[in-house]
Amino acid sequence: MSSPSARKSKADIWRTLASVITVLVFLFLLLPIAAVLPLSFSSGSFLAYPMPGLSLRWYEELLTNYKWLLALKNSAVVGIGAAALSTVLGLSAAIAMRGLGPRARSIVNGFLIAPLVMPVIIMAVGLYLFFSNLGLVGTIPGMILAHTVIGTPYVVISAGAALQNFDMQLIRAAKSLGASPWMAYRRVMLPAIRPAIVAGALFAFVASFDEVVIVLFLAGPGQVTLPVRLFEGIRDELTPVVIAAAMIMIMISVGLMTVIELLRRKSVARRGME
Amino acid sequence: MATTSISMDGGRAGRTGFAGFGRSLTRHGLLLPCLLFMAVVFVWPIVSLLAKGVYSPEVRDTLPQTAAAVLAWDGAGDPPDIVYGALVADLSVADRRDVANVGRRLNYEIPSYRSLLVKTASALRKDSTEPPRQQLMAIDAKWQDRTFWTAMRRAAPALTPYYMLKALDLEQKDGGGIGRVAPEEATFLDVLARSLWISAVVMAICLVLAFPVAFRISAASPRWRGLLLLLVLLPFWTSLLVRTSAWVVLLQDNGIVNSLLLWSGIVDQPIHLIFNRIGVYIAFVHVMLPFMILPIYSVMVGISKDYTRAAYSLGASGPLTFYKVYLPLVWPGIWSACLLSYVIVVGYYITPLLIGGSQDQMLSYFIAFYTKQTVNWGLASALAILLTVCVLVLVGLYGLLGRKSQIVVKA
Repeated sequence: MSSPSARKSKADIWRTLASVITVLVFLFLLLPIAAVLPLSFSSGSFLAYPMPGLSLRWYEELLTNYKWLLALKNSAVVGIGAAALSTVLGLSAAIAMRGLGPRARSIVNGFLIAPLVMPVIIMAVGLYLFFSNLGLVGTIPGMILAHTVIGTPYVVISAGAALQNFDMQLIRAAKSLGASPWMAYRRVMLPAIRPAIVAGALFAFVASFDEVVIVLFLAGPGQVTLPVRLFEGIRDELTPVVIAAAMIMIMISVGLMTVIELLRRKSVARRGME
Repeated sequence: MATTSISMDGGRAGRTGFAGFGRSLTRHGLLLPCLLFMAVVFVWPIVSLLAKGVYSPEVRDTLPQTAAAVLAWDGAGDPPDIVYGALVADLSVADRRDVANVGRRLNYEIPSYRSLLVKTASALRKDSTEPPRQQLMAIDAKWQDRTFWTAMRRAAPALTPYYMLKALDLEQKDGGGIGRVAPEEATFLDVLARSLWISAVVMAICLVLAFPVAFRISAASPRWRGLLLLLVLLPFWTSLLVRTSAWVVLLQDNGIVNSLLLWSGIVDQPIHLIFNRIGVYIAFVHVMLPFMILPIYSVMVGISKDYTRAAYSLGASGPLTFYKVYLPLVWPGIWSACLLSYVIVVGYYITPLLIGGSQDQMLSYFIAFYTKQTVNWGLASALAILLTVCVLVLVGLYGLLGRKSQIVVKA
């Protein structure tokens, strides 16, 4: 048996090792992105250090090139459309699932979040096959429908978690005071879970905004989104424009995720108050 | 609390009859659109895709008489005259495009079948008085070769094992029975093994790295914890394509990593870090680390220090406490993180495509390849079935272990 002090020093070694690994992992996670992004401000066209000088020319090109602008517009339209549709479908399902028995609920829940574990390639090829019979390949509505499939689970999860903590007595109380069921849901339940709904909708938007495999299969040249432009850029010619686009995408998705995180904290705090 | 209110709800719905019916109507009215949508846009496309892996009715639909006749034949010796007659009759009424389609299906059996069939269809003369067998022989002597007829016989049923066998590097032999394809044709078992192997390696590396990180974050003070979690979430929130482009810039032969290595004198010439397995592992580990860190962390942070303190106070050594007390408590988090990361990696498409070489492509790549490049839906679907089975097994395992670990936690 080792003495307590020897045990302590051994534990310290492990703790130090864990700290060292943690620092290295964080460097590995963050450094690559941090090292590459400044290249978007290069005045030269090579993606290497040292940069010949600083300029905003690549951002200028990004914001004047119609291909990138079209991709940005498509991403926004598809993302907003998919987020809206996901929110309507996911929220109503989450509300309805509250009334199911535990068994039925877990089956429905498993079914609705299945798209999260299904390999995207299988969804993409299946939708390509299905939509080509319907004339939906190469259309924005087709892409919105497809992205709604991957967005809905996030709304179901997010709204479902908030509803779990919502006291149904409040609805009953509202009804007993003469509110119609619709009124009770709209004026009592929805405000209580609003942060979770917004977070779910934003998640659905980000899921669509980052999705590339389904778009690769369903989009024609006119429906290309930002990630697919990035994909083409990586494959064909990697110039600082691609990195500038990456910078913009990071700002959009990190900005949205920060909002989600703040909303999550808010809804946790709200629960804490009850 | 939640469960009691639900059971109250259910009980009331049962008792109040008509009002309960109205309520269940609104309830299902709310649930139905979502279920319907998922059934049509998620389940149906996947099921109809997977069905193509075993259902291929081309021969039966375009050459119905031939299919019936060739299946009635026992497959031994030369086919009877009726088979030849049926083919002549079918081909003389069949649409050209359908014939080409059947040709493509038969080409998978024997590589020259398509041209033979198309040639025969256009050379047949309706007014010919010759017996069908001689007529076909005159167009092409290949029709004497019985292997073409046994191939037709294999392709005749609408339900075919052909693609599934092919996806497992197997084939139906001429004399019946199933055997391995020629070694130079064998591809897919290798691809399957590669997919499973890459997923396992990525999972193992991520686990080894994620465990200490998750531990360190969970042991930090609450303020630090928030900051450290943010550092894990930042790359997690960054678009996959953005991260992939970063790795391409970094790892290229004239990229940042190689410039640094050359500049520091560690190497004399650039080392190849991309379009090979090394690059795939680096990029995959980068993508999957947050998926591994977050679930393990969320379990670790819920473990009270009292458990390990109690073990220590009872005289247990550090390693003993770790193996007997701490690890069993973290186990559910480790399992779910591992299975999650495995399921995600095994179906990945983009990362190996952009960072890997030809020898690093996984099942997804070949599913896409046979869909878009060669338009072999049957084979693409059979490979998709293979991938789906892998995922279902893993998800089933997850459900099973999830239930078990819940029991452990309760106990």
